[in-house]
Amino acid sequence: MFTPGLYHILFISTALFFIGVFGFLTRKNLITILMSVELILNSVNLNFIAFNKYLWPDKLDGLFFTIFIIAIAAAEAAVAIAIIINLYRSHHSIDVDNAEEMKY
Amino acid sequence: MNEFLTLMKPELQITIIIFLLLFIKLSKGIKNDLLLLIIQNLLLLNFIAGFFFNAPGNLFDGMYQTNTLIAFQKSILNLGIYLISLLFTGWFRKTEHLPEFFILMLSALLGLDFLISSGNFLIFFLSLELATIPIAAMANFDLEKKISSEAAMKMILSSAFSSGILLFGISLIYGATGTINFEALPAQLDGSTLQILSFVFLITAFAFKLSIVPFHLWTADVYEGSPIAATSFLSVISKGAMAFVFISVLYRVFQPMHQVWYNMVMLLSIITMIIGNLFALRQQNIKRFLAFSSIAQVGFILVGITANSPEGISSVVYFILIYTVSNLTAFGVAAAISSQTGKEKIEDYKGLYQTNPLLSWVMALALFSLAGIPPTAGFFGKLFLLTAGASNANYGFILIAALNMIVSLYYYLRVIRSIFMDKNEQPIEKINIHPSTKFAFIICSAGIVLIGMLSWIYDYIQSLNP
Repeated sequence: MFTPGLYHILFISTALFFIGVFGFLTRKNLITILMSVELILNSVNLNFIAFNKYLWPDKLDGLFFTIFIIAIAAAEAAVAIAIIINLYRSHHSIDVDNAEEMKY
Repeated sequence: MNEFLTLMKPELQITIIIFLLLFIKLSKGIKNDLLLLIIQNLLLLNFIAGFFFNAPGNLFDGMYQTNTLIAFQKSILNLGIYLISLLFTGWFRKTEHLPEFFILMLSALLGLDFLISSGNFLIFFLSLELATIPIAAMANFDLEKKISSEAAMKMILSSAFSSGILLFGISLIYGATGTINFEALPAQLDGSTLQILSFVFLITAFAFKLSIVPFHLWTADVYEGSPIAATSFLSVISKGAMAFVFISVLYRVFQPMHQVWYNMVMLLSIITMIIGNLFALRQQNIKRFLAFSSIAQVGFILVGITANSPEGISSVVYFILIYTVSNLTAFGVAAAISSQTGKEKIEDYKGLYQTNPLLSWVMALALFSLAGIPPTAGFFGKLFLLTAGASNANYGFILIAALNMIVSLYYYLRVIRSIFMDKNEQPIEKINIHPSTKFAFIICSAGIVLIGMLSWIYDYIQSLNP
């Protein structure tokens, strides 16, 4: 039976990371941009777990790091959504193209 | 237990102040004026207490490290936050939610203190987030202004993105070396391709936080849109602490890869100085102008960082001390004018000397110090940075930095010229300065003049080097 190795998981996590970066740079909707950031953070989680399982099975640093990243990502998303709600109140839109008072 | 209390003293002090403010917030009916007076005195006590009982040591298995130099860096941050509480009195008195603003600002300061002391990538990441998330909330503090929410949106998204990049770099370092501890890492670094890749991710994240070109695009917008107290916190205290951390990570952790990062930092420094200066030339808004000038100042800090020697550390710490007092003074004058008249354009400053001679002189002193003109401290700060950078015998690089200092003279003097020489039919009316703001101006001006003159300050910083 086929068992996935380290390289398969690293391939998936790197692909997730760059999908997140691409989404962050091209999307116009603020909620979608926030989702792209979550993709980046989850790719990092996958990386940590994979390295911990395959390369350093006797250590716990990677696992602990993952737990902290999940908690911090939730806190960051909470503040970001509060700011987006406030932006919606003042601009009546959550499209980045409409938030353009300041340029250059 | 006793060791825990003495080593973690700066963080514990700030935590106590945060809790006191929470209790004050619960008991209603305290006027803003009285509350501000209490906060200012607490922060003064916090600053003075920072000088006593400082001992080197480690806590939590090396996760938290401190020594006398780190304690001095924290004192600089404490001085900055005390000056902020004095300088923006005019804005604070009108703010509806004063305790919340200080709770957010002190939480960010707590994060920066832990960041300076971190000895492990886990606590490094946690304290970095503690330092950036409250700043985004502070940027949104002018709830009724459209640009304030826009600034906060740009701040939170770019900081989330940069922390994602930082985490990816840390995960690759963990994969390549099997450790995230600062003490154990240098022995594992051999300059393999994976390690260099992870280092590039790390330096990108630092460049976002320090607003180094080409990662500076959020800076000017966030500075312009945020309330001016949040702007000055972001530009002076957050940036100073990030410079301290950057230097300690490069010198302690990535010492074996010195050749790799030397070239990167040099290249970033050159483009940061040039782009920062060129964009500062064409700014009309005083806050955007100070944003780009602070980008150019970070380029000069990077010149000192390339030294890779104890002189590099002491010259950067000395420069940050001077940069704190001079940049806060410039923001203080801009805040005093904009909170009374709402004017933020450089054109509006024409003829300011006719009506407000005191403010004009203070502003001129601050801008002279930022430009680096000899009698002021800014000259000595830049002199030591360039001397430290020149120890690598890379004189072309130092020449570019010196030429950039000349370019920066042009735009600093442009503001001074419009204050003193340009005639204006309707100059800004007489500004009423609150006594505590005046007191802060006196401290800052004395600092700008004396820090350069008193040679023992630099000697003292040098003697702190472990």
